[in-house]
Amino acid sequence: MRKRLLFLFIFGWILLLIGDRVDELRVYQGATLAMYTIGLASIVLLTGYSGQVSLGNGALMAVGGYSAALTLSNFSVPVWVAFLVAIAAASIFGAILGYAAARLSGPYLAGTTLALAVGMPALANQFEFLGGEQGIIFDIGMPPARFGDEFTLYKWYFWIAALTALIALYFTSNVLYSRFGRTWRAVRGNALAAELAGVNAGRTKVLAFTVSSALAGLAGAVLAMTISLVSPSAFSLALSFSLVTGAVLAGISSLPGVMLGAVILVAIPEIADVVAHRLGDSENVTTYLPSLIVSVLLILSVIFTPNGPGENLRKHRKKHA
Amino acid sequence: MQKILDTLLIGISQGSIYALMSLALVLVWRSTRVVNFAQAGQAVLSTYVGFEIASRTGNFWISLIFAVIAGALIGAAVDVLLMRVLFKHATSGPALVVAPVIATLGLLGLIRSIVGLVWGGEYRSIPAPASKDGFTFGTTTIPFSPLNSVIVAAVALVLIAISILFTRTNLGLALRASAYAPEIARLAGVRTSQTRTIGWAIAGGVGGVAGMLITSYNFLSPYSLDLLLVFGFIAAVVGGLESMVGAVVGAMILGIGLTFILNYVNTSLTFVSGFVVLIIVLLVKPDGLIGSRKGRRA
Repeated sequence: MRKRLLFLFIFGWILLLIGDRVDELRVYQGATLAMYTIGLASIVLLTGYSGQVSLGNGALMAVGGYSAALTLSNFSVPVWVAFLVAIAAASIFGAILGYAAARLSGPYLAGTTLALAVGMPALANQFEFLGGEQGIIFDIGMPPARFGDEFTLYKWYFWIAALTALIALYFTSNVLYSRFGRTWRAVRGNALAAELAGVNAGRTKVLAFTVSSALAGLAGAVLAMTISLVSPSAFSLALSFSLVTGAVLAGISSLPGVMLGAVILVAIPEIADVVAHRLGDSENVTTYLPSLIVSVLLILSVIFTPNGPGENLRKHRKKHA
Repeated sequence: MQKILDTLLIGISQGSIYALMSLALVLVWRSTRVVNFAQAGQAVLSTYVGFEIASRTGNFWISLIFAVIAGALIGAAVDVLLMRVLFKHATSGPALVVAPVIATLGLLGLIRSIVGLVWGGEYRSIPAPASKDGFTFGTTTIPFSPLNSVIVAAVALVLIAISILFTRTNLGLALRASAYAPEIARLAGVRTSQTRTIGWAIAGGVGGVAGMLITSYNFLSPYSLDLLLVFGFIAAVVGGLESMVGAVVGAMILGIGLTFILNYVNTSLTFVSGFVVLIIVLLVKPDGLIGSRKGRRA
């Protein structure tokens, strides 16, 4: 426990040092990376440890993002309060959904969450107080004056996002190594055996879904902060796709892997840009190439390394040992 | 009274299109135990093939035939190129259960981005096979149009053809046998993997019909069939996911119910009500309204 805390502390310090030495775009990407890290942790916790599939984490992120944005625009509160509201709103939503989800097996849950991911952006369009297509501005104000004039807004976002991600990772790893994490894995491994050992499988699953939703909601609020707004297009189906892809690439049950998954997700648009440029920058290519890369990666990784690259490496070593 | 009748007729027309999508999902689920989320992608791609034919010939029915053939070929290709490879590589581990679901999701994304790369995102349309203006009786015009009646008739024809195929032919028997008990069917001489590919092809063709019919009164874009997939899935769950009759009945209930809500309560509630129906059915009667008890396991 101490060791993990120390590790995250040092890691955070290194991040700050890096953040001071790179340009604006990289700092922005760093904030996005932190956002994906939280979002992927939410999926890994749910799918990898509790065995439930959620294809609709983009929708849960929307719940978090919108509730944080509404809090910020209606009350003048500090940003961390908005984050807490996002966590609370997404947990409540997730608990209700989780109650239904706990009784569902694979395809039913996948379909339900996919339906949610398809419908949620459209929903935000139809209610006036959610700002329609334009969305709601998410303004956390300028960075505190004591950091000096050099301190840019994006660096401020990066600091907040990175700190939030580190706290979220610390929290998640503690939960996973606690009694809860063990019972989740037990239920995933064999629900019947776990029940015989006195675990309430249904309640366990609802709890896992709730915690995962809370993380997704937090990720949604961080996303809203980095792009300074919440809108239906920010939480599109493509976001849910990317999260699932990142989680599978990270190794669906590997918490340290989420950072690798997040790096890949941040890198994809950049790679797509380069390739699109080579192909002559037509509008179709620039719009659809990133999602093409994401989908191909998802299909290939689910066929060849369904449990993450880590597992293949271990197998390979075993074979040659 | 008039309004109730109008709503009912439009609901039947909506429901019949949902029925095709939910039927396609059920066909694949029964034979492969996979809810094929890529069905919307396959249908979109087949509809774009139909759109290309329609823009050359201007004839809806010729393009429909091509869309169905394209849908069947795509369906077969998905089974051979993706599903067989996936199940061959399937190992143990936490991802085993979720791998097929995630693969079809990836395929949905892949097909949509390919369609986007080729045709772009702008809205397209195909010529409707019949007038979109409602029938007129004397002085009153009802919202139900010749196009709606063509849709209902076309769907009815597809359903009759499929039920004849499944109940009266050897192929249908093989399809049912390999879905119900693959091991025994194989021992009895059915080439189950081939039969399964045919099942995917039929589902793909049915999805193509759904895409063409919905596009005849709506626009076409890489994402235009997403909601159809959602409603088709909800209909399939209402019907128990296991039964083809259930899929059709579920789709009719959903189509009529949603149209009533649309006309009497509020337009913006259509999706919410669909989602609420899904959650309620899953909580109260997870095996579907006419599904068998063991449907949900597996």
